[in-house]
Amino acid sequence: MIVAEQKPLEEIAESVKDRDKILIVGCNECVTVCEAGGKKEVGVLASALRMYFRNQGKDVQIDERTLERQCDREYLEEIRDIADTYDVILSLACGVGVQFMAEMYHSMPVMPGVNTCFLGATEERGVWTERCQACGSCVLASTGGVCPVSRCAKRVLNGPCGGSGKGKCEINKEVDCAWQLIVDRLKALDRMADYETLAPLKDWSTDRAGGPRKVVREDVKA
Amino acid sequence: MRLDYPTNVKIVRVPCTGKVDILHLLHSFEKGADGVYVVGCMEGECHYNGGNFRAKKRVAQAAKILDAVGVGGQRVRMYNLSSSEGPKFAEYAREMTDLIRELGPSPLKRDKKQQAA
Amino acid sequence: MTVKTHSKLEKIMAAGHLAITGECGPPRGTDIAEVEHKVNLVKDYVDAINVTDNQTAVTRMSSLAACIKIKLMGFEPVLQMVCRDRNRIALQSDILGAAAFGINNVLCLSGDHQSFGDCATGQNVYDLDSMQLVQTVRHMRDEGKFLGGADIKRPPQMFVGAAANPFADPFEIRVPRLAKKVAAGAEFIQTQCIYNLERFEEWMRLARERGLTEKVKIMAGVTPMKSVGMAKYMKNRVPGMDVPDDVVARMAGVPKEKQPEEGLKICVETIQRLKEVKGVAGFHIMAIEWEEVVGGIVKDAGLYPRPVVD
Repeated sequence: MIVAEQKPLEEIAESVKDRDKILIVGCNECVTVCEAGGKKEVGVLASALRMYFRNQGKDVQIDERTLERQCDREYLEEIRDIADTYDVILSLACGVGVQFMAEMYHSMPVMPGVNTCFLGATEERGVWTERCQACGSCVLASTGGVCPVSRCAKRVLNGPCGGSGKGKCEINKEVDCAWQLIVDRLKALDRMADYETLAPLKDWSTDRAGGPRKVVREDVKA
Repeated sequence: MRLDYPTNVKIVRVPCTGKVDILHLLHSFEKGADGVYVVGCMEGECHYNGGNFRAKKRVAQAAKILDAVGVGGQRVRMYNLSSSEGPKFAEYAREMTDLIRELGPSPLKRDKKQQAA
Repeated sequence: MTVKTHSKLEKIMAAGHLAITGECGPPRGTDIAEVEHKVNLVKDYVDAINVTDNQTAVTRMSSLAACIKIKLMGFEPVLQMVCRDRNRIALQSDILGAAAFGINNVLCLSGDHQSFGDCATGQNVYDLDSMQLVQTVRHMRDEGKFLGGADIKRPPQMFVGAAANPFADPFEIRVPRLAKKVAAGAEFIQTQCIYNLERFEEWMRLARERGLTEKVKIMAGVTPMKSVGMAKYMKNRVPGMDVPDDVVARMAGVPKEKQPEEGLKICVETIQRLKEVKGVAGFHIMAIEWEEVVGGIVKDAGLYPRPVVD
């Protein structure tokens, strides 16, 4: 899922100061799972902001709403009737949702309440780690299911580099060396022979480098 | 036991402090409370296993938020005792009241008064 | 062994001599005289001089610029290229630039992560990895073509090297990794500096078993230690470095003023021991910011004067 983290309160408050009516909109999917922008977080943020502004002598109306998703127009449409009663929409969705919100409500200021961080998974409650960088041409078949693009700090495709030590990456002792993990998996799968196959130069044009990307399925398009 | 404790303490009963949501704590301050304290079982003796640990975490989280918004995290805290300890209950009530008295009214109310004035 | 380029380094090793390379870190400024000074300290004692490329991700004068200076001074540079800062266009471009000035040797590296250096908030590139860079330079030389397919006018004739670290983990793939680099086209290898001689000799044994020492020239890296502080720093703070406790103890066992001398002794002993190891084709002496001791090391190790090749 997309993993995000709520922005510091001061930064959020700064982005919506001078507004009298704020609608905080949460999202029921990824940001709920990573506890950054779901219904609960919307409630807590709304309460915190109300107190923050009241402490400065301002009474701000802050309402709360959580949509199923903010990356599908049909859900964003649900607030059409109330949207322009507010001065600003504070969206706790990931960067995708914030932008879609802004597109759907063209003349309404939309502020992001979270920093969208990466594509990842829940290691345990409260801990989320990166697993995928959406490079657009997945190599997991040849690396035993461990991604060198997202989990290696140098995205070495023929690794490890010389900085791998005791299974950890040179940048941080708490970061696993992706290539140690790959080697361990290849051993477990009895595929160590694959290790010596030279991975070819990567086509980064399907990655961010190629520009904003698009996927189309002609067979399901209207 | 018919012990005395300060009259300004309003009690909200819950079957387990694990039922206390962080929003209950925050909304109390929004609605004019000067202080909120959560009283739960001794750690390790929760009747529902770990409810009081959840409460402890939520109280800590609320304290951080209250610090960030300028209300003050010391206004929310947790106490642990066993259900038979009546005198302790009264003692904590007095202690919390004294603490809040010292801190003064919640700044949220202060500003409202200033606005009215 | 046939020689494929005009590289002096290649020729010395092909002739069966133990080659010696030194190292020069470019200045953190624009004064090329600093490069000149370092080169002059080592020139009679080494066959070629490596120039580091923004090592530990600290911004310095470019390796290419310093290599050009060394070439113009009449000596043999080894251009170190990291994959951290340049994409495949810039890498190929710099290879052409180097070849234009007759720079004959390139060492292909991944590069330390930028978080170690002075621009930790910068982007990194890693378009290619070090093995793919080796492949690329060989392709440019042997096929005479750019990665994009077009012909190169007067292809570069570089002797291509890569680094190897017998001390990084996991140990079990260190030799398969060396095999991979050889398969990618590496013609010479310079290793990380060696203090754990047993581990290095074991790695060499495994390399010999796989026939790799027939295919690639392995140069053993050595660095003299100046103090016990340096020994401890390298042991604990430098990634991929193996400094055994007894080496640290040896440095600690002498008074402070005598430690540099002890460090030099250890370095010379290392070279003398490794001279006997089959498959070691030479030594890469990295006397960082201590270039003036290189001459003494080479002499004491019995490797002076340096052989002359045409």
